[in-house]
Amino acid sequence: MTLPPLAQAAIAAFIVLNAVILMVAYVTLLERKFAARMQSRIGPYYVGWPHGWLQPIADALKLMLKEDVVPAAADRWVYNLAPIAFLVPCVLIFATIPFAPGLGVADLNIGILFFLAVSALEIVGLFMGGWGSNNKYALISAMRAVNQIISYDLPFIFTALVPVVLAGSMQLSEIVSAQTGLFGWFVFRAWGLGVLALLAYLVATIAAENRVPFDILEAESELVAGFRVEYSGMKFALIQLGEYAHILGTSFLGALLFLGGWLGPGPAWLGPIWFLLKAIFVFLLITWVRWSFVRIRVDQILAISWKLLLPLSIVLLMAAAFAVAWSGGARV
Amino acid sequence: MDTEARKVVEMGWGGNERLVMNMGPQHPSAHGVFRAILTLEGETVVAVDAVIGYLHRCHEKLGETLTYVQYPTIASKTDYVAAMTSELAYVLAVEHLGKFEVPKRAQYLRVIAAELQRIASHCLWLGTWCLDIGGALGGGATIFLYAIREREDVLDLFEALTGARLLYGFHQVGGTRYDVPAGWDKQVRETIDRIERRLDEYEAMLEDNAFFLVRTQGVGVISPELAQEVGISGPLIRGSGIDFDLRRWAPYSSYEDFDFRVPVETAGDCYARYRVRMVEFRESITIVRQALDGLPEGPISSRPGVKSVGQVRVPKGEGYARVEGARGEVGCCIVADGSPKPYRMKWRGASFSNLAILPHILPGCKIADVVAIMGSIDPVFGEVDR
Repeated sequence: MTLPPLAQAAIAAFIVLNAVILMVAYVTLLERKFAARMQSRIGPYYVGWPHGWLQPIADALKLMLKEDVVPAAADRWVYNLAPIAFLVPCVLIFATIPFAPGLGVADLNIGILFFLAVSALEIVGLFMGGWGSNNKYALISAMRAVNQIISYDLPFIFTALVPVVLAGSMQLSEIVSAQTGLFGWFVFRAWGLGVLALLAYLVATIAAENRVPFDILEAESELVAGFRVEYSGMKFALIQLGEYAHILGTSFLGALLFLGGWLGPGPAWLGPIWFLLKAIFVFLLITWVRWSFVRIRVDQILAISWKLLLPLSIVLLMAAAFAVAWSGGARV
Repeated sequence: MDTEARKVVEMGWGGNERLVMNMGPQHPSAHGVFRAILTLEGETVVAVDAVIGYLHRCHEKLGETLTYVQYPTIASKTDYVAAMTSELAYVLAVEHLGKFEVPKRAQYLRVIAAELQRIASHCLWLGTWCLDIGGALGGGATIFLYAIREREDVLDLFEALTGARLLYGFHQVGGTRYDVPAGWDKQVRETIDRIERRLDEYEAMLEDNAFFLVRTQGVGVISPELAQEVGISGPLIRGSGIDFDLRRWAPYSSYEDFDFRVPVETAGDCYARYRVRMVEFRESITIVRQALDGLPEGPISSRPGVKSVGQVRVPKGEGYARVEGARGEVGCCIVADGSPKPYRMKWRGASFSNLAILPHILPGCKIADVVAIMGSIDPVFGEVDR
């Protein structure tokens, strides 16, 4: 019996959505353990044996049971809709990611374009949250969010386009299949352009995800918690879920664009596991930076983007295009 | 203040795009209970109104109701991060008034305690300051936990010495209350050796970090003239190029016996204050080593043990003693009327005077600089509000 395509897509979406939520939960545990190691601590330990593996579940339960507080002066519609407006694009980016050949919700022929477009939408939810909370800290944070995300989405897009140029396709599965062979991953190719593009991609990712050192939106030592200062309970959990889903999504995209996706030694069924490991590697790189740097100031963040990262990413993109043109369409 | 910021500030109060934002007293970077009412033009601070007094505990009045034997344990609650030095200021004032002798061994023990306390206090400063500029969910938290680890080691030493970890009651009029326990000096040497090694790691982690440098260099510059006019002291004034350290210029408790450097930086910004404190860490370590090497034998107090709370009486008069605390000049003024209690007492808190610099240097900064500058001043609100 074959199901109609719509039902197939719905089932696939259901599975991916739940897998994403589960992964997000355990990625937070991974980050906490990783940070604890860096800081000579143990990290979560007591909830679940061994090593507190039930901690994410306990956290989620706690957040669900908390009282839902809406500030009296808040713009109720905007305030209540903001977590959802923030979460939807953050999980929607997983729709086009293929986890193995043919394994994914939708392998669009413009997959990367869809990813970049949807990922840029998270700013709407952020700004709604900052505006609707009717809190000065949240408002300043929302203002910073618009500044920062517009500044960093451009280099993010330009660096993500480098593999597209090298592979000659916008379909994510095509980009992966262009990376076969020993040292075929784009990070090793195109005479060092790949490594530079990966580094620029990581910096732009960290900034677009609002992680330290670019977490001026959250900036708890200045703005307490920024745009989510008034959120608690389940709404806070949704924002947190969206944020980590976004980070995980861009980690998957980074692994796919630069580290060869599901390609790896061993039988084909190991593909998704290789992919997951590579994505976690990218995630841990971001985490490593996060727990070693101090935050920089808003004007310095904008200066880094417009004066350094944006020109660099445009130059990288043009260099990749020249490399492809010079080799006459052959593999570079 | 750069020219662009100056333009924003000079536009005056009238603009209708101004935002008045309350930072504190409930705020992660309020260092306790500081409240700054900031007037913002976008991200730039145009005016600041500093409000203090949320931790006022009538400390000076309390000092008038407690005897000279009782108060030293309470004195540590003014500056609770560096409790040893505030106790020391009080007992020095009483000894000055009553002309009590202090045995050489007690003086050396006081120096050891004060310098270990400076190390512990600077550890907390380094950690919290990095939290302020780095965030509790980032690299700042990493430095904070490292620094707190070192502070814990020093507090372990104090626990072995006095039985307490925060508020000690180590000093008493005429000497110290406790002698060193067996094996303590070895433990101290091991701890300070370890801290000295780890200081190199922190410097490597922070000073090779471009983000740390851009956040601290050129931020919150205090000129030497302004520093003297406002009357700041401690690492702040030394970061502004003025060589002022009471341990050198008005030695007390045998500081003249020790060989140490007084670090002075001329830039006057947050980074200069950071450098001054990092050198002070090392100088404190050398002083502790010298004091342990030269620790004389003998009694630890010129007065017999405590039998009654009214045991110490000082003649009528007025006395002021000052010590170089971790945050600057800590002074204690006592007016005695011949009874076992002071007639009037007054503290000069280093943080209180240092905090007065804020309205002079904050206008023109960004919001993020406000917390960086606050942290570099290192106020302790127990000492500001008393």
